[in-house]
Amino acid sequence: MSDPILTLKDVYTDIAQYHILQGVDFEVPRGEVTMLLGRNGVGKTTTLKTIMGQWTAKSGEILYNGQDLKRLPVSARARTGIGFVPEDMGIFSDLTVEENMVLGASSGPLDPKRKEWLLGAFPALGTFWNSEAGNLSGGQKQMLSIARAMAEDRELYLIDEPTKGLAPAIIATMANALRDLKAQGRSILLVEQNFSVAKALGDSAVVMDDGRVIWTGAMAELASNKDLQESLMGLSMEAH
Amino acid sequence: MTAAPDHRPTFADVSLGERLDKAMPFLLIPILVVLGFFAIGAPSSWLTLTVSGLAMGMMIFIMASGLTLVFGLMDVINFGHGAFVSVGAFVGVSVLIALGDWTGATSLLLNMSAVFLAVVAAMTVTGALGWVFERVIVKPVYGAHLKQILVTVGGLIVIEQLIHVIWGPDEIFINRPEMLKGAITFAGAAMEKYRLLAVGIGAVLFIAMRMILRRTKIGLIVRAGVENGPMVEALGYRLRVVFVGVFIAGSALAGLGGVMWGLYQEVITAGMGERMMVLVFIVAIIGGLGSVEGAFIGALLVGLLQNYVAFLEPKLALVSNIALMTAILMWRPQGMLPVVKAK
Repeated sequence: MSDPILTLKDVYTDIAQYHILQGVDFEVPRGEVTMLLGRNGVGKTTTLKTIMGQWTAKSGEILYNGQDLKRLPVSARARTGIGFVPEDMGIFSDLTVEENMVLGASSGPLDPKRKEWLLGAFPALGTFWNSEAGNLSGGQKQMLSIARAMAEDRELYLIDEPTKGLAPAIIATMANALRDLKAQGRSILLVEQNFSVAKALGDSAVVMDDGRVIWTGAMAELASNKDLQESLMGLSMEAH
Repeated sequence: MTAAPDHRPTFADVSLGERLDKAMPFLLIPILVVLGFFAIGAPSSWLTLTVSGLAMGMMIFIMASGLTLVFGLMDVINFGHGAFVSVGAFVGVSVLIALGDWTGATSLLLNMSAVFLAVVAAMTVTGALGWVFERVIVKPVYGAHLKQILVTVGGLIVIEQLIHVIWGPDEIFINRPEMLKGAITFAGAAMEKYRLLAVGIGAVLFIAMRMILRRTKIGLIVRAGVENGPMVEALGYRLRVVFVGVFIAGSALAGLGGVMWGLYQEVITAGMGERMMVLVFIVAIIGGLGSVEGAFIGALLVGLLQNYVAFLEPKLALVSNIALMTAILMWRPQGMLPVVKAK
């Protein structure tokens, strides 16, 4: 396993009176796709938001390239090189697709070559380039959300359920884009319920339950062992 | 690069009804102007009242634009906004009084130079005051609306009292610069020169604000921040810094509005900003909180309606704006051009 780009050590996060994360430990290896798996409500989204700083970790360490992010505000964490695709996509509905993409490149203008690459990966965005993002379909919004996070080169991408509720053709588009990103040596921490996507993209897997990590290992090992899946998640991943 | 699978997106058909619904707020102004024309009857009176209404609307817009952006961007209700109007008026008028030779001269250049310097001074002082106000009064109460109302009203009272301390308790009467006095006649209608200037300044400011918001990256950040601040921060932008900038700009614009309103009324008092806040809030609410374009339309509607009604039925002028707000909120409870806020 290569050196980790991100390490979570004993991270606790409370939301109001609820203890959501209760000592989360795992690593995201550099240049790999790490799947964050588990049943609904076990703390996957909270884990991503805690890494990003949208929820404050009560204790523990969040080490990104060896730097503890805990005291940094959200914007500073993003500027260290972390791209974030939230579960609700975070699209700016009143802005056009182009304006959303321009905002994605926070450290300067949108690079024309990168734009060309992204429009090749997500052709629909080119078609609707000057349209208000609020008029896009759910799948197109999801594409825009991912493309916006990729609008400038970032080392680590945190992506929360990008294929939820999408048509197979759009899922394939997403998977291709994420594969390209991985081929460029970027690291991805991906929350995903779609088994075939998880199996196809994941190098390693982290399974959570009840606010804790209960298993880490190779995605291939988890994907090939139905008994392990059932013991960790209550049912086999193919049932998702 | 991996080739994308073949699936062809298409544009959905937008019905005429949907298009009209979207454009309707923009159509309300010409509709009101046409209705005013038929209700008033005399074209010259109608033209005079229309210019007067547009001038009043532009000045209210200048005061309201900062308030609506501040609310939209950081969910801050600033009842102290009126203080910047008053301070702007007092600073600007002080400069005009000091430049009495320039304002009294029959030279457009000297007159406009005096007004320009008064506006620069007023905007500088109110911008700086806005920065202090945000640091000292607003910052500690982010996310707490009730506390925001209480402390910003408190801030308003303190600043009004400071105006009394500095400029005295009495109202100050001001003469407009020589070349801005009087009216010009067009098609039999008398139009005050100063009102025409106010319409021009308001229109230029609206276009400039719209261009900044639509064509610059800082404008994009502001618009995106109004809709979904946490996501803007997750992209790497320091929204707090942007907000402080908007607060300062909004305060400076209120100061500009104060100078213009003072010259319009030809009298200034410490409480003038506080009294204007009723109209400013009406405009921000009916426009859709956070929407600059909505505030612009709302301000023009308020200005035009008040002038038309004051001519047709003076007793109803006082309630015309409340009636307008009630009607618009029954039609669109979130205002005419509501900003879609992320949940």
